[in-house]
Amino acid sequence: MFDSLANALGSAYRSIVGQKVLTEKNVDEGIRSVRQALLEADVNFQVAKEFIADVKQRALGQDVLTAVDPGQQFVKVFHDALTALLGGQTTGLPVTDNPPLILMMCGLQGSGKTTTCAKLALWLRKNKKKNPLLVAADLQRPAAVEQLQSLGKQLGIAVYAEPVTARPPEVCRRGIEHAHKFQHDVVILDTAGRLHIDELLMQELQEVQARCKPHGVLLLCDSMLGQDAVNSAKEFHSRLPLHGLILTKVDGDARGGAALSIVKVTGRPILFAGTGEKPDDLEEFDPSRMAGRILGMGDVVGLVEKAQSVIDEKEAEAQAKKLQKGQFTFEDFLSQLNMIRKLGPLKKVLGMLPGVGQMLKDVDLDDAHFKRIEAIILSMSPRERRNPEVIDTPRRRRIALGSGNQLEAVHGLIKQFKMMQDMMKKLGKGGGFGPGGMGDLEGMLGMGKKGGPQSGMGGMGGRGFPGGRGGFPGGRRF
Amino acid sequence: MVFGKLRAALKKTREVLTRGLSRLFSLGRKLDATFLDELEHVLYQSDLGPLGTRLVEELKAAYARREIAEVAQVPAFLRAMLLRRLEGAAAPLAKTTPGPTVILIVGVNGSGKTTSIAKLANHLKQQGHKVMLGAGDTFRAAAVEQLSLWADRLGIPIIKQGPGADTAAVAYDAVAAAIARKVDYLLLDTAGRLHTQKNLMEELKKIVRVVQKQLPSAPHETLLVLDATTGQNAIRQASEFSKAAPVTGLILAKMDGTAKGGAVFGIREVLPVPVKFLGVGEGMDDLEPFNPEHYVDAILSFDKIEPA
Ligand SMILES: Nc1nc2c(ncn2[C@@H]2O[C@H](COP(=O)(O)OP(=O)(O)OP(=O)(O)O)[C@@H](O)[C@H]2O)c(=O)[nH]1
Ligand SMILES: [Mg+2]
Repeated sequence: MFDSLANALGSAYRSIVGQKVLTEKNVDEGIRSVRQALLEADVNFQVAKEFIADVKQRALGQDVLTAVDPGQQFVKVFHDALTALLGGQTTGLPVTDNPPLILMMCGLQGSGKTTTCAKLALWLRKNKKKNPLLVAADLQRPAAVEQLQSLGKQLGIAVYAEPVTARPPEVCRRGIEHAHKFQHDVVILDTAGRLHIDELLMQELQEVQARCKPHGVLLLCDSMLGQDAVNSAKEFHSRLPLHGLILTKVDGDARGGAALSIVKVTGRPILFAGTGEKPDDLEEFDPSRMAGRILGMGDVVGLVEKAQSVIDEKEAEAQAKKLQKGQFTFEDFLSQLNMIRKLGPLKKVLGMLPGVGQMLKDVDLDDAHFKRIEAIILSMSPRERRNPEVIDTPRRRRIALGSGNQLEAVHGLIKQFKMMQDMMKKLGKGGGFGPGGMGDLEGMLGMGKKGGPQSGMGGMGGRGFPGGRGGFPGGRRF
Repeated sequence: MVFGKLRAALKKTREVLTRGLSRLFSLGRKLDATFLDELEHVLYQSDLGPLGTRLVEELKAAYARREIAEVAQVPAFLRAMLLRRLEGAAAPLAKTTPGPTVILIVGVNGSGKTTSIAKLANHLKQQGHKVMLGAGDTFRAAAVEQLSLWADRLGIPIIKQGPGADTAAVAYDAVAAAIARKVDYLLLDTAGRLHTQKNLMEELKKIVRVVQKQLPSAPHETLLVLDATTGQNAIRQASEFSKAAPVTGLILAKMDGTAKGGAVFGIREVLPVPVKFLGVGEGMDDLEPFNPEHYVDAILSFDKIEPA
């Protein structure tokens, strides 16, 4: 099966090179594989079908741009359509002139409500200068109240709770009174997880809503959900209705196709994404990023944003110039390695890239490789780092000894470094970072490869990528 | 008995599912492309994933070989195909003598681990076994309290430490206590973790090693708890978790909803371990031993499942 939709599309449409426009015939060729890839990302069957029909319409009659690979062009059409669908109705959180703003969380069991309540409260305090109150209305699951209280205590956020013998709608109502009294400008109601077919509990939810008149009901959706996501989301929406969605556990590797299904069947936008277990792991939802993920393109935008936050622009700029002129030294190399390391674990960083991530996904990458390279470079004298040419064999032997490595490792690094310098010089004169370049990166890091290189990715690395904003430490385009 | 609960839940959902199926298998339908398309749709709805397409292909092949001529034969054909893929999928829980039999429970966040432990403890207790719990989730807020409340309700002992304690240390204590008090089963809870979190998967390995210090043959079962609403990612979960811990079986929780957990079929291709139990609700009685026939019928929603 296809690893990613981007892959599937790429190979399906590479065949239409030379044709002038996308026609019914050449579009149809790839549709089946596209559908398969969407289904594999857990997009609901019906939704996938409708979505494909939509996109087909958009694609038909478009000129095949000579500049890009037709496969890539088609990927872009899909990416844009997905982004439009996922982000079309973005509204943000509701607002009110009459505080407190009342938000009500609901969802299936285990979808992450309690944790997300705390995260959202923290987010509102940090980003909107709010003073939120959490209301513990999950009286069903053992110790759910304690969980919320403990999170509240940890974050310094107020929690309203009652004994579990109380009724949730009552607790919520009194929680709101409490908020009025103590000047909280936001109230977040944490309700128990429930199945959408549990009539009694769904009625209870409606009662909470009727009594508390929340400004927004938010449905929590696990990003690992499968085909059934549409059934539950539809039911919650028809009962309440929903203001928006929060997608949780996005830090896993689920492709998250269910998110698309839910947006499609409810017509409600995803407002936030939970990206980890820590209280500040909540981000405003980014439709383009999610589209990339469903397509299996990696998170280029995310990487670029992250890179921007940890990388010194000026230095990167300076290095890029040096690189192009072939004046790149081991010192620059070391400082780049450190920048990359600041981005997080290597595997995670690479996973965010479409081309490289795909190619290196079977490589046993760990940060120990970085450490080894670092040790070798640190064992060089400043002069050696600046002029790798001077590093003769005796020096290499010394470096190997000093860094606790085999001589071969030192040879290898220097050789790869020189190759990279050459390649960069060429790159500086234009052209792209093709698979060959990646091969060098691999060698550079001294990595053992488990599987063979991915085929069919030739078009991916070279020309920038739909949705990606380009720009990476050192290289201008990636 | 308990199975009634699954049936009851299924009954609620029958309407949704059989709408598709009954139309599909209604009289007078021809075995044509439209039929196959609709069938594929119905199969996909159970999270069978690419298997849905493969089954349809197999059906076509059988038609070409003239083994199948009409729509009426399709249900039995599919049933057989699915059952074949569940061969060996039902197996009893391990039991060592002398005890304790150590069962380690693992899974992603919120899949139903802690609740499944409570149900399993109840199940074993009802069979006359002496059961003990180990509160190995020292990470999530109030996780220890959650398991403690279940221990109280069930009237069984629990070994725990303060929040933030080392899970492996709790596991070590729990095994020691289980040996000393001669319990039959020790059920160890662990914190939910995504299979992509390398350090947490390493932690799992450490827990296994620590348990083996006192009982080299333990854990006798490592059960991966999967949420039935999960889609194809369940397959990744299974293969990653089994790299970190010796997964011996699955518990498929939340089968009382409308999801069918069909990813189990895909999982069996990468990790052919038995499905030990189904979770069918939030109460301590809501656990059922896995029965492949009932399960396949649930996937296909054939009439056999209908309570008498
Ligand atoms: N309907 C239904 N709900 C279940 C089932 N099993 C567990 N749950 C619910 O799912 C939610 C999460 O269950 P837990 O047992 O806390 O899950 P966990 O895997 O221990 O969660 P963490 O420890 O937070 O990772 C709770 O609300 C449970 O009541 C089941 O079979 N059916
Ligand atoms: Mg738990």
